[in-house]
Amino acid sequence: MSHLAWTMMMMAVPLATGLLLAPLLLTVINRVKAFFSGRWGQPLLQPYLDLWKLLGKGATYSRTTTWIFRAGPIVGLAATLAVLAMMPLGGVPAPVRFRGDLLLFANLLGLIRFITVVAALDTGSSFEGMGASREVLFSALAEPALLVGLAAVALETRSISLSDMVASVTAERWLTQGPALGLVVVALGLVLVTENARIPVDDPTTHLELTMIHEVMVLDHGGPDLAFILYGAALKLWALGALLVGMAVPVRTGNPLLDLGAFLAGMLILAVVIGVVESSMARLRLLRIPKLLVGATALAVLAVVLVLR
Amino acid sequence: MTLFLFAMGVIVLGGLSALIAGRSARRASLLGAGGAVTGCALALGPALRALLGGPLERLDAPWSMPGGSFSVALDPVSGLFLVPTLFLSALAAVYGTGYLKPFGATRALGEAWFCFDLLVVSMALVMVARNGVLFLVAWEVMALASFFLVTFDRKTASVRDAGWTYLIATHLGTAFLLAMFVLLGGATGSLEFDGFGTVAGTAPGLIGPLFLLAVIGFGTKAGFIPLHVWLPEAHPAAPSHVSAVMSGVMIKTGIYGLVRFLIVLGPPPVWWGWLLIGIGVTSGVLGVLLALAQHDLKRLLAYHSVENIGIITLGLGLGTLGVATGMPALAVLGFGGGLLHVVNHALFKGLLFLGAGAVLHGAGTGEIDHLGGLQRRMPWTGTCFLVGAAAISGLPPLNGFVSEFLIYLGAFLGVIAAAGTVGILVSGLVTIGALALIGGLAAACFTKAFGIVFLGEPRSHHAADAHEAGASMRWPMAILAAGCAVVGLFPAPALRALAPALRLVTRQPETAVAGALADAATPLWMITAVATVFLAAVLLLAAVRRKCLAGRPVEETVTWDCGYARPTARMQYTASSYAQPLTELFRLVLRTRVRLVAPTGLFPSRAMLVTETPDVFREAVFRPAFVGIRRALDRLRILQHGRIQLYVLYVVLTLVALMVWTLR
Repeated sequence: MSHLAWTMMMMAVPLATGLLLAPLLLTVINRVKAFFSGRWGQPLLQPYLDLWKLLGKGATYSRTTTWIFRAGPIVGLAATLAVLAMMPLGGVPAPVRFRGDLLLFANLLGLIRFITVVAALDTGSSFEGMGASREVLFSALAEPALLVGLAAVALETRSISLSDMVASVTAERWLTQGPALGLVVVALGLVLVTENARIPVDDPTTHLELTMIHEVMVLDHGGPDLAFILYGAALKLWALGALLVGMAVPVRTGNPLLDLGAFLAGMLILAVVIGVVESSMARLRLLRIPKLLVGATALAVLAVVLVLR
Repeated sequence: MTLFLFAMGVIVLGGLSALIAGRSARRASLLGAGGAVTGCALALGPALRALLGGPLERLDAPWSMPGGSFSVALDPVSGLFLVPTLFLSALAAVYGTGYLKPFGATRALGEAWFCFDLLVVSMALVMVARNGVLFLVAWEVMALASFFLVTFDRKTASVRDAGWTYLIATHLGTAFLLAMFVLLGGATGSLEFDGFGTVAGTAPGLIGPLFLLAVIGFGTKAGFIPLHVWLPEAHPAAPSHVSAVMSGVMIKTGIYGLVRFLIVLGPPPVWWGWLLIGIGVTSGVLGVLLALAQHDLKRLLAYHSVENIGIITLGLGLGTLGVATGMPALAVLGFGGGLLHVVNHALFKGLLFLGAGAVLHGAGTGEIDHLGGLQRRMPWTGTCFLVGAAAISGLPPLNGFVSEFLIYLGAFLGVIAAAGTVGILVSGLVTIGALALIGGLAAACFTKAFGIVFLGEPRSHHAADAHEAGASMRWPMAILAAGCAVVGLFPAPALRALAPALRLVTRQPETAVAGALADAATPLWMITAVATVFLAAVLLLAAVRRKCLAGRPVEETVTWDCGYARPTARMQYTASSYAQPLTELFRLVLRTRVRLVAPTGLFPSRAMLVTETPDVFREAVFRPAFVGIRRALDRLRILQHGRIQLYVLYVVLTLVALMVWTLR
């Protein structure tokens, strides 16, 4: 194989893996939850079938809405794709990487949120307004946790590119800086559940609009728009999961296939953990969540202190 | 320089002829705005040349004022602040012709245009003046011109109040500047800026106090918390094109002064950086929190100016720290981010204030909770406002993200490089945490401002009967929105243009600055690349959606309200309810007052909820202080009788006393 083709493939693999496998995470979570409640759960490819079904449907729009409502899912999914392009899969670097890409990553997450919230407000529904209001509160508090957590890793690994940072988190580093990295992983885990609307911050399967956060913001979307939103949500879970697993699974053999295998195993475990958490605990009261997120920031700060020690 | 001064003359002439033609509103607008636009366009050339590092242009002419001389110069730093000032002022003047039209029916506009033109010239003069007296005169003209513009609607009591607050605040600030110039003049024996550099040699102990005076004096104009109290009063009171100029560029004269004196006063000690970072963090975080709790669109925007000044100051602080500790990369990134944010803030804040003006103009109210659904009625304004809202929230691919990116990058570099020095590490971490929090809260605030005002259903007849602004108001907004996108998509050339100014500010050799800029250029071009891919993905997905929906049923119906069939506009979430979780969380700082008349009985008839968030610093610091001063000064009332004869007697007595004193 020529050098160029090899490079192209190395660039395409991380992106393609995410694009293809992301919806599978949802199946794994669903199966785990089904296991805990004594059911079989959905078929392996159900999320893909759902997306296909939605893409084939027509759409119904509220008369209140404008072009912003229709643009929301498109912009959101496009921004998620850009996020995915910067996310390394463990030791396998991302196709797009540069100094400071973690800042673009964090702000693209902000863009996804912004457009989702604005599209929700476009409906004029008080339920969607309520969800939007909670979403912006929790994400504003999660942002410092994410960035300070990443700063701790940057300080430890002396790099400010996601691919370099994740690649530098090796087993040896875990041995010397275990506690700090552990705290960062916990902080990033809390950011992950917040950004992806998972228990204990939000319950993706709740049926009461009053208690929803993220789900209620997409109540009015249907057809291809909803397909974009659901696929985007799966990709976002994949991207943040990849960051978390990249930090938590320090298998860096240098062999791309082995590294990728270890990474995928890590993603599987992450999905199982999310499923177990969602089966074993209820979501927190809304008033408690800010404390959780401020706590996450505190853990990240503590991680910085531990790195300096 | 000649062209520049000629352009200033054109603007003054435009203002004067507008004043003379004041009876006819149409002619006054034409002359006043025409003068401003022509003058700004003429002056933009020399300003751009200065920004890009052209030969230093200067002019020194004698002036009869004691200690004064007419020394002006155009260096890259002047150019950097002049370019956005001239650009935004010209656009605001065009917008003003449309915005002031309804007022022209009942009153003369000559005076308003005269003050506007004078404001533009005085801002430009502040940025080129190289003599203390000239600087202070321009500074004072700027304050007075903007005072008369703020009190344009002087029949309203709240506007008069705002005007007084502004007048007092700006003069208190000027008092500190006056003290600074007197000290500098005393120590160096001249009031020329070029001579001030020797102060480090002649009176090194004076440098610290001088810097503090500059921070207080210029900080009052810029709106550092807690010196910001005039800002949320004055900016909403002024006509909207004036608010855009005041918020977009006039408060930057404070930043300009600070930067100029950072250059003049010599190499900075480390604590200046810490002080600026501390100011930046407080102004940034508290500014956005106070903005969140506001219900008036222009007041909300005014508090965001405080927040953005905070971000700029954070950048300047990091840069100063970099200079003081000998880290060229940190210096260039900090100052680069901060100064680029000066330009960016002029673009998006100008845009947002013009948008708010279009809302006031079209709907007749800026009360957020009375609006809604304006996107359908004012699609141009709405779309431009959305661009500005996304830009100010620091979202890619717009310009607000770029300058915040540079500051972030500097902070991260500082954190990495400074494992040994705790000072830089803590500064970097505090910057990162504060910027993250500010970004999140700004997004919360602007989804509220845009979402409640422009989306959903109209909450009152004001909003329901709103109409789109005219062409003279739409085009300036569209141009500013395009500017936000251009800087956001091509950040690397934008930063490169700042190179000559950065050389001056960072005191680094040319190679060090060029190296740091080259290092920063790579990530900036990558941002361009990712933004391009992102935009391509948007187009592709839009095409996919169109293909999916082709030939399939697409219907319109009511918003799904969980089975409730008759939703009304009053059931929508309001600005207050949207912000309530956040204001509740930060109630310690905000101290929102809530007045609730709860529904009672089996058939409740009346219920009411009023929330109000007065400025905590105004309430807790300045009001008691000024009440105390007034009480102390009440004693002097015995001198005040209202009889002219007695006052003439005082004058005569004073003159006699002075005569005796001089003849002694």
